[in-house]
Amino acid sequence: MNAIKFLFAAYIATWVIHGAYLASLVRRFSRLRRELKEVQKGK
Amino acid sequence: MKRLFPILSVLTAIFLAYALHLALGKGTPTDAQQGDVYRIIYYHVPSAWTAFLLFFINFIASIQYLASGKPSTKIAVQWIVLVVGVAGVIACFLPAVQRLIPAGMRPSAVATTVLLIPVFYFVIGWLFPGERLDVLAVTTAEVGVVFCTIVLVTGPIWARPVWGIWWAPGDIRLTSTLVLWLIYVSYLVLRRFSNSAQTQMLAAALAAFGALDVPLVYFSIWFFRTQHPQPVIGGGGSMDPRMLHVLVVSWMAFLCFAFLVCWSRFRLELLQREIEEAHAMESLAGAGVATKASLPLGRSSR
Repeated sequence: MNAIKFLFAAYIATWVIHGAYLASLVRRFSRLRRELKEVQKGK
Repeated sequence: MKRLFPILSVLTAIFLAYALHLALGKGTPTDAQQGDVYRIIYYHVPSAWTAFLLFFINFIASIQYLASGKPSTKIAVQWIVLVVGVAGVIACFLPAVQRLIPAGMRPSAVATTVLLIPVFYFVIGWLFPGERLDVLAVTTAEVGVVFCTIVLVTGPIWARPVWGIWWAPGDIRLTSTLVLWLIYVSYLVLRRFSNSAQTQMLAAALAAFGALDVPLVYFSIWFFRTQHPQPVIGGGGSMDPRMLHVLVVSWMAFLCFAFLVCWSRFRLELLQREIEEAHAMESLAGAGVATKASLPLGRSSR
């Protein structure tokens, strides 16, 4: 029964890592889009 | 292209949900010795294979980027890759070489893998010309590190209930995987914090050497006695066909997911370079105005 906890822990850990990476990509995208707008305004 | 990405994302999400359903479903048999905890392999092994594939693409892109400096070097490397591919395939069927192939591993499987080197080399070179090779290299390294992190996290979670320990110190499969992760993390750190004009070349050289660890990780369980389980796929072991089916479906789902993540990361890198270029142009324009403004002063002072 205890082993099931390890199974779910592994699956949850996988999606937490993927989720964190995807969130970092979204954050970087929004920062770059903001920066691009500023550069275009400057022109 | 903009419409294709959301459609593919939805399809991949459905595919991943289906793979999860199979991995945890009652239709997939439970391992007689390990119980349900063995189901971790449906995430652990596909993540490892995906990481290896991404590091392989990074290696090919890095080699191409290093060779792209001079046209003569580029042609020489193309010939070397062709010769390696053809000679490697022929060698796999020679009795002297077959004796060196680990027991249970089919020579045709090794030949196919060797053949993938020139195939990947020319396809990548055709699809990603010039600077895009470097963009591809950084993309695959970063996404590969994410998948490798999952391998290093899910491995110990599986090992604790099965082995009774989280980590087997000195085990060559585990250690070489950790070293592989460290190599690619250092690659990303180099790219993130170095501002030298040589950074891309240095990173490509580091990646070319770092990728040499991938075969060591892969073959370590064939050539060394390790705590890590012996190969059941392509290594002479056996696996229930229903388990193998779930493993392959899971890997396909993770490959689709990795493709979409790489696509996003690739676009992000292109956008970043576009902005850097715009900033550089702005600075140059600013410097040009400043030079023009300072010219009369300079001349009058003579």
